[in-house]
Amino acid sequence: MDFIQTLKIALRALRTNKMRSFLTMLGIIIGIAAVIAMMAVGSGASYVISQQIASIGSNIILVIPGSTTSGGLRTGSGGAQTLSSDDARSIGTDCPSVAYAAGTVRASGQIISGNMNWSSVIMGGTPELFEIREWPVVSGRAISQQDEDGAIKVCLLDQTVAENLFGSADPVGSIVRIKKIPFTVIGILERKGQSPQGQDQDDAVFVPLRTAQRNLVRSQRTGIVSAIIVKAKSEELIDKAEKEIQMLLNQRHRITAAKEPDFTTRNLSEILAVAEQSAKAMSLLLGAVASISLIVGGIGIMNIMLVSVTERTREIGIRMAIGAKKNDILLQFMTEAVLLTMLGGLIGIALGAGGATGVSRFLGWPTMISIQSITIAFLFSAAVGIFFGFYPAKKAAGLNPIDALRYE
Amino acid sequence: MSSVISLTDIRRVFIMGDQQFEALKGVSFDITTGEFVAIMGASGSGKSTCMNVLGCLDPPTSGRYLLDGLDVGGMGTNELADIRNKKLGFVFQGFNLLARTPAVENVELPLIYAGLGSRERRRQALIAMEQVGLAGKENNHPSQLSGGQQQRVAIARALVNNPAVILADEPTGNLDSSTSEEIMNLFTALNRQGITIIMVTHEHDVAAFAGRQITFRDGRIISDSLTTATV
Repeated sequence: MDFIQTLKIALRALRTNKMRSFLTMLGIIIGIAAVIAMMAVGSGASYVISQQIASIGSNIILVIPGSTTSGGLRTGSGGAQTLSSDDARSIGTDCPSVAYAAGTVRASGQIISGNMNWSSVIMGGTPELFEIREWPVVSGRAISQQDEDGAIKVCLLDQTVAENLFGSADPVGSIVRIKKIPFTVIGILERKGQSPQGQDQDDAVFVPLRTAQRNLVRSQRTGIVSAIIVKAKSEELIDKAEKEIQMLLNQRHRITAAKEPDFTTRNLSEILAVAEQSAKAMSLLLGAVASISLIVGGIGIMNIMLVSVTERTREIGIRMAIGAKKNDILLQFMTEAVLLTMLGGLIGIALGAGGATGVSRFLGWPTMISIQSITIAFLFSAAVGIFFGFYPAKKAAGLNPIDALRYE
Repeated sequence: MSSVISLTDIRRVFIMGDQQFEALKGVSFDITTGEFVAIMGASGSGKSTCMNVLGCLDPPTSGRYLLDGLDVGGMGTNELADIRNKKLGFVFQGFNLLARTPAVENVELPLIYAGLGSRERRRQALIAMEQVGLAGKENNHPSQLSGGQQQRVAIARALVNNPAVILADEPTGNLDSSTSEEIMNLFTALNRQGITIIMVTHEHDVAAFAGRQITFRDGRIISDSLTTATV
């Protein structure tokens, strides 16, 4: 018997009991829709995280001061004021696995333009900072080496700062006063979006490091930086670069085994990789929970197929008497079950995709529907049909034609 | 004349728990091509078991069964399904048509399992339906047909694969007397065209349409006689 004929018979059987077929399918529809929607929400979340990794810049190592002890009191991490611009320069030139190193200082203060003012974070950094962070300048120019060397009073504004001080006007070329000192705005940075913690990453002002050290921060010694941001040459070299930095700074700061290091290195992409991993685990978990409903749906299919076999015992008997082989009967009932689950799967995929789109539109959650998850869902629904359809079909094929014909 | 069916010492023993019941106790007969045979007997006489054996639905415990020259004994279930499909046509008491399926598709059913293409199936099914006088009723569902018409559809289904033998199990059991006569006249007409028919019945006036009557009692043949009279 050819496949098209089998398909026709199965379709007719499903059509004769439309309501029952639909209710049976409903289990699969809900299961597949749940899997698709959950996977979409989950992969949307991990996509956002990987975007954030990109916004922080990849292969980044952060060097921050350690604690220091003065008069028996230990300061917390970052208390030591021993990292210097020279350390940053040395890391950049002497560590072979390092691409760039930028010393930074951080302050906060009021920024004034005309009759507008705004309190923000002021970051001092060498020009390498923008290479490391991969922050493009959308208007104007970045901080140059001449700005740095000459401690010129220029600044770059983030979008939030620019909007609050200038509205929609172009601030490039204007003068702003930072902590009452006039600076020329040379450029605007691209919007970076929110951090994984929900912080606005577009609320800062950037000035050359030396300008900041001279004018904006107070420290015991000159040339002190509050952190050094380092970019390794590649992802594989991050660990090696971290070790090189530690060795170099141990040497420069004369750290011995007996002395506690006055700095700490942190690997940022590691932190985010963990975050991404947890998002992936979450989406997997959601998918697993949803697939339980698929199994429940599958049991529903099996149940109805068993009822159907009993109901149609006479039909099976007739078919066998006029020449249907066991395999013909097996195939007929299997086709029915698989057709049910595949139709349910298709409707479920449409509903799940619609649901995910609705979630991202009305709740603002990021969702992503991948071809991969659709393919998996579809194949899975077919597999549910084969798995749960086999037992009832086997039962039908094993009937004795004489008993089946006599069945009332 | 060549035998289309040849039974030699057929026995059928049913085992239920530790009890044995011998439904056929050594049955032998030959049927030649073109015969119209009625198998008679009370219920429990073994006539239905004999019919199941003849229909290749139930293999005998022992004995030899030749159908159209082929030894059916020792065949597997798939081979038996093939034999039923190609050599036999069944007509049942309860018509046994597929509900919610047009008449013509019911007639086509054996040809589906024979592996014929849809156009050829339809062509042969229409010929068979015309043979039983149902031209024009192709698309009616069984529920839209009278009992007599449903049995005609069943006969068309039995005819469609050009079988060596048509087996009819109480074909008039569910019909009133005038419709019964109609169906029996159809069988007679088909038999005149050379089709071999074996029919199980317990009604003497129905059996009288057949040219030969085999009567069973307690698993044995007690009479096998030719009838000349036609009612």
